[in-house]
Amino acid sequence: MTMMLPLEITAPTIEFRQLAPILILFGAACAGVLVDALMLGRSRRWRGEVQIGLVVGGVLAALAYTVANLRLGPVGAVAMGSIMLDGPTAVMWVLLLVFGLLAVMVFKEERLAGVPVFASSAATVPGSREEAEADRFRLEQTEVFPLALFSLTGMLVFVSANDLLTLFVGLEVFSLPLYLMCGMARKRRLLSQEAALKYFLLGAFSSGFFLFGIAMLYGFSGSFDLGTIAAAVTAPAYGRGLLYAGLALVAVGLLFKIGIVPFANWIPDVYMGAPTPLTGFMAICTKMAAVGATLRVFYVALGAERWTWQPVFAVLAIITMIAGTVAALTQRDVKRLLAYSSIAHAGFIFTAVTGASQDVGAGQPTSVSAILFYLAAYGFATVGAFAIVTLVRNPASEENDLDGWAGLAAKRPWVAGLMSLFLLSFAGIPPTAGLMGKWAVFAAAWRGGYWWLVVIAVLTSLVAAYIYLKVIVIMFARPPAPNTYVGEASLWTWIPIVVGAVATLVLGIAPDLLLGPASLLGTFLR
Amino acid sequence: MTFPWLTVLGLVPLVGGLLLLLPMREASKWLGMGFALLTLGLGAGIAGMYSAGVDLAVQVPWVRSFGASWALGLDGMGLAMVLLTVILTPVVLLVEWKSSGIVGQWTSQAFFALVLILEGLSLFVFTADDVLLFYLFFEATLIPMYFLIVGYGGPRRGYAALKFLLFSLAGGLVMLASVIGLYVVSASAGRPSYLLSDLAALNIGGEAGHWLMLGFLIAFIIKAPMVPLHTWLPDAAEQSTPGSATMLVGVLDKIGTFGMIKFCLVIFPEASRWAAPVMVILALISIIYGALGAIGSRNLMRLVAYTSISHFGFMVLGIYSFTTQSMSGSIFYMLNHGFSTAALFLAVGYLISRRGSADINAFGGVQKLAPVASGVLLLAALSALSLPGMSTFVSEIMVVTGTFGRAPWATAVATVGMVLAAVYALRLYRKPMTGPVTDDAAQHFTGRDLNEVERLVMVPVIGAILLLGFYPQPAVKLVEPTAQAAMQRVQLVDPAPVVEGEQ
Repeated sequence: MTMMLPLEITAPTIEFRQLAPILILFGAACAGVLVDALMLGRSRRWRGEVQIGLVVGGVLAALAYTVANLRLGPVGAVAMGSIMLDGPTAVMWVLLLVFGLLAVMVFKEERLAGVPVFASSAATVPGSREEAEADRFRLEQTEVFPLALFSLTGMLVFVSANDLLTLFVGLEVFSLPLYLMCGMARKRRLLSQEAALKYFLLGAFSSGFFLFGIAMLYGFSGSFDLGTIAAAVTAPAYGRGLLYAGLALVAVGLLFKIGIVPFANWIPDVYMGAPTPLTGFMAICTKMAAVGATLRVFYVALGAERWTWQPVFAVLAIITMIAGTVAALTQRDVKRLLAYSSIAHAGFIFTAVTGASQDVGAGQPTSVSAILFYLAAYGFATVGAFAIVTLVRNPASEENDLDGWAGLAAKRPWVAGLMSLFLLSFAGIPPTAGLMGKWAVFAAAWRGGYWWLVVIAVLTSLVAAYIYLKVIVIMFARPPAPNTYVGEASLWTWIPIVVGAVATLVLGIAPDLLLGPASLLGTFLR
Repeated sequence: MTFPWLTVLGLVPLVGGLLLLLPMREASKWLGMGFALLTLGLGAGIAGMYSAGVDLAVQVPWVRSFGASWALGLDGMGLAMVLLTVILTPVVLLVEWKSSGIVGQWTSQAFFALVLILEGLSLFVFTADDVLLFYLFFEATLIPMYFLIVGYGGPRRGYAALKFLLFSLAGGLVMLASVIGLYVVSASAGRPSYLLSDLAALNIGGEAGHWLMLGFLIAFIIKAPMVPLHTWLPDAAEQSTPGSATMLVGVLDKIGTFGMIKFCLVIFPEASRWAAPVMVILALISIIYGALGAIGSRNLMRLVAYTSISHFGFMVLGIYSFTTQSMSGSIFYMLNHGFSTAALFLAVGYLISRRGSADINAFGGVQKLAPVASGVLLLAALSALSLPGMSTFVSEIMVVTGTFGRAPWATAVATVGMVLAAVYALRLYRKPMTGPVTDDAAQHFTGRDLNEVERLVMVPVIGAILLLGFYPQPAVKLVEPTAQAAMQRVQLVDPAPVVEGEQ
């Protein structure tokens, strides 16, 4: 500790190059806000193109920087110790950027319905004159793109935060735009706004828990820094009461975002009410960011306390897997079904989180690398599946009722085939990435000593497989539904579908392509 | 490194099948048949190389993180299964040349594609020397088979296909738990490896061995299928076309018994001995229950499916009796049963396609109207009851006599199954073929005996049955080393025959 004069301000050191991905995304998002403000009159109709250009350019530049920075190796803490640049951060950033880009591409789809999926002017009251005018004169706002970029920026911060306050800032930065975007569906606006409100209220509530937990942990350790907390856990200065309370409350906030039962009640309603492209974005990126942050907090800061949280996590994993699959069994709505299935997948991921297998031989999958791989496998299938959900339509809007999906294979065999591929990946049937992902997380759980958890997970997988196979049966074995058709989409929808399908197959056949780097980069720094 | 013949063997039909998924004109069927025949040629060539002692094994690292390799290899049993697969596939394609493509978007081109993909995946299953690789292809075969049932089957095909898939997946997932467990055991022992030879060297025994073995065994029991996990097979067979049913029962179900010998016995010798008494009893139950089910079936396809359950009982009995003779008999039976059940399904299929019904009471006196069809069915039925001269007789007698040395009481029960086999086989022939010609039969069968293509199809199948029946020696010699190796693995010797009057 150096003596400081009062009022003397030391300039913080910021490693601009290492932090470039965050800054670029943030810059692109800010530029996107200006687009809506400045492009008026005749140039208005180019807004969408400019926005998607900003998204693609920004994300690709961030991606390029992330990959180029890999050569620097794990850097350690930057930005005055508030951001940690280590292996898992790098992999997480790459995954978030890739899936963020793929998911946001679908936002741009206008060909399917002739108009964007998002409301022309989200600020108008549903059913009002202003809304009708905005629709008729196509006074379309495009704030959804910068909002998505802000959200993505927050996620990057969230997974790399090295202290609890930065973590909280990241959480809010990525959550607030999501709340907004949830309410921006063009069709069924009231449902969409209800979803947004639900998400916001529950999200705010869980943030409260999270913040309270942070305070407790600060009280226990005297620091927000994850490394300092870890040191305090091994040699506590006071009793452990505050630690346990803080651990539990922080866990509530994080598990809410992942969608672990009993904190997952929001998922079905929000996934169903939100515009489908956004649901895809949330299903992948939110889950990914929340899992990444959970891993960091619990492995880095609270790793020494794992005997306390492992049994609880094991129970939560079981409840989540079972509740997700059982509830999905009876769903008649595709989006709701995928929502419950995303809960079940969170449960599968949690088996490996619980296992916390870390010190294994070189090149063998640890819990972290297994989970990173699982997230990628799940992400590619999810991005494709939700994109296909937007394709299947009836004359009024999207056809989300499974009865409407009957006999889809007779109309468009390739679309039904691609959807089946994604469903097979969810179910964990070769030759898809889903199987390899399941293998990796279950192996990590088993190596952590939780073989009985693996047995339960495998049995749950069978029920889960039934859910996906039922959809395949509906598409292939039923007579075609009269009113459903497959819309003609632009490349903005097809690129994510094709990338998802190819990656699902490639990672299913050669998982080492991702698992190798993930294993190399799978160690948290503290 | 030598030329990877085994990889090519599996890839050729796989590539052919994927190629046929592309839109094409009429020539597609000829193309598909070309691929099937090319595979047949490759299979024959590989059989030649194997007998000439060429080392065909391939082994390259595949998923390093999991310790998995692309490892393919052949032993006598594997070669027998490969030959069965490559011979039956063109037969199935020829059978379904005309009859597929009835239902909507499911063209006969797609049928050919699915059968070829299935063939390629099955060939990899039978040659895989790496547990993860085996598991992968084992599961992957379910997808084309599922679509073969759901696309081309009878009115309740959706239900039957889903039931098939769920049963198989249940087995597959239980096996996945064991596969992961094997990784943990092998990684804890030092270096993770899924190679069969490495896993065998670990000599996994004790409680962990029992549990891990059970995961594999349950999957194979479902696959084979054995009572009480057999209920999917009659439904799946009933709703399939004869061609798909042949692929399902003739080829795919063999993976069950194949896996018991290649994986359960080799990786878990101690646990296999531990499980043997239960397996023998389950096998006996399957023999009797399957036969009774066949006797009680009205639907011809169901009847054939039940006969298979009985026959799989014999194979499992032979394996878990642990004598060289019974085990060789079992492996030989796997080959014979493939042809025998194909003959039955095809013959029954000819009848059903003409009559438009699979009910055994819907026929009568067909023998007088369609003598060739009736002769074919008679031969197939006799093969099912293991008449001397048929190849099934040789293998069944090997199983039964081999078992006698270990457990005479089991032989006694199995013999009851042989008697019941006579009942169902003769019923299968007597009901539709003999008796006065009914009006329905006259309407559907007059002047509609088997045509040239249908006769041609039966030639290789029945030829194989008779050839292996009269001259079984080469085939028995082929599979015997596998049985001997397995016996050595479980560390049991054949019981010495007790000769009266000595001592």
